[in-house]
Amino acid sequence: MEGAQPISPEELWSEIEKYHDTLPESLRKELYSKILEYGLTREEALAVISEAVKRYLSSLVNPGEAVGTVAAQSIGEPATQMTLRTFHFAGVRELNVTLGLPRLIEVVDLRREPSTPMMEIHLEPEIAKDEEAALRIAREIELTTVENLCRSATIDYYESAVILELDPEMMENRGVTLDDLLRALEKVKGKKGSVEVSEDGSTVIIRLGTDDVIKLRRAYERILNQRVKGLKGVRHAIVKPIRNDKGELVEYVILTEGSNFQGVLSIPGVDPTRTRTNNIQEIYEVLGIEAARAAIIEEIKKVLDEHGLDVDYRHIMLVADAMTYTGKVRQVGRHGVAGEKESVLARASFEVTVKNLVEAALFGEEDPLRGVIENIIIGNRPIPLGTGSVKLKLRVASGAPKRGGA
Amino acid sequence: MPRKVNVLNHELVPKHVLLSREEAKKILRRLGLRKSELPWIYSTDPVARALGAKPGDVIMVIRKSPTAGEAVAFRVVVKG
Repeated sequence: MEGAQPISPEELWSEIEKYHDTLPESLRKELYSKILEYGLTREEALAVISEAVKRYLSSLVNPGEAVGTVAAQSIGEPATQMTLRTFHFAGVRELNVTLGLPRLIEVVDLRREPSTPMMEIHLEPEIAKDEEAALRIAREIELTTVENLCRSATIDYYESAVILELDPEMMENRGVTLDDLLRALEKVKGKKGSVEVSEDGSTVIIRLGTDDVIKLRRAYERILNQRVKGLKGVRHAIVKPIRNDKGELVEYVILTEGSNFQGVLSIPGVDPTRTRTNNIQEIYEVLGIEAARAAIIEEIKKVLDEHGLDVDYRHIMLVADAMTYTGKVRQVGRHGVAGEKESVLARASFEVTVKNLVEAALFGEEDPLRGVIENIIIGNRPIPLGTGSVKLKLRVASGAPKRGGA
Repeated sequence: MPRKVNVLNHELVPKHVLLSREEAKKILRRLGLRKSELPWIYSTDPVARALGAKPGDVIMVIRKSPTAGEAVAFRVVVKG
């Protein structure tokens, strides 16, 4: 091919785009850049493309392949190598995070609240490098209750009052004024109650106007837990600088213990496009099913990566798809994907055999005998999977020798 | 004080496109599927609401994927 011109980029791209519906985007882009890099001629380029298409098609998963079983094994085996311990974050002060196997189980089990809910709050670009602003927002979202601001709190049964001894240092720290506190107390003092402040402003007396001891005790609890400022659920918030490889400051992020995704997104100064929570249920409620799917994949991947386990992305995507294809997020517990009908025989062979069989009989349940277990129980027969998923019909020609069932 | 947040802009939310009836039909024919065979999305889903999708509509989801670059999926809107 002496003297032949390399294919032009435009021509190459239009040739590749002929396979738009066949090849995935990443493959098409790679073909494009690699062919240009090697300066192939038109003829060579076409040969490479058609070879790529051929190889791609032959590497696709076959119809009927047991992808679920393969995914389960491919995630399950490496997961046995993970430690059962809950690790604590090193380096970040005072925040600890569930990692490893417990976290993996938590993600697929879909607990309403993870054992260590946390958020990573990013700030709007204009203030992302402003430590002051970050600290201000952190203080604003951290839940502060009346209890946090008191050095001591006692019930005076004789006076039917709750006496709060304030901690000025704490109030300063949390950015709460006496007025903020009094406003919060107004809400819990009750109809007959009244709030008094001592002359030096160091103690607050809440007279409840009742001498019922039980009511008094309840009011005491209510007063201490009253929110003064911050978001419900956010127990602690710290500011952490993020630096790049050269040690330059990229931005400040706020890490929180406890999560209130909806609440934090609507705080001015918070970047509502990059802020994250590790609570998948909350992501589903606020951002919808597709975001939940993305979050499940990300969380599983994160756990596996932390342990240096290399699981193909596609297995994880399959798990996330199985959990989200009904539009809701469903858990994968020890009985498989929740809500999925399972064969009567398979259930009976797993646990409480008699009870399962009796109940199935009472409700007139049917067993389509599609799974492995059922078919082993009733005898060997190809299950509807792989080659077994194809049914053959044979029209017996008049001349063909007749035989009994195979 | 609470401000409105557009969920469509969040990093975790892939691009959703509400398809017209004709487009949906064309795609279903190409895939050889009935509408009921698509994965679901509830009409109360924050994204479906942001798009104004009604039950029976088909939403095209363009996901970023590390294996395929870009992966297209479809969901049918169901009443929820």
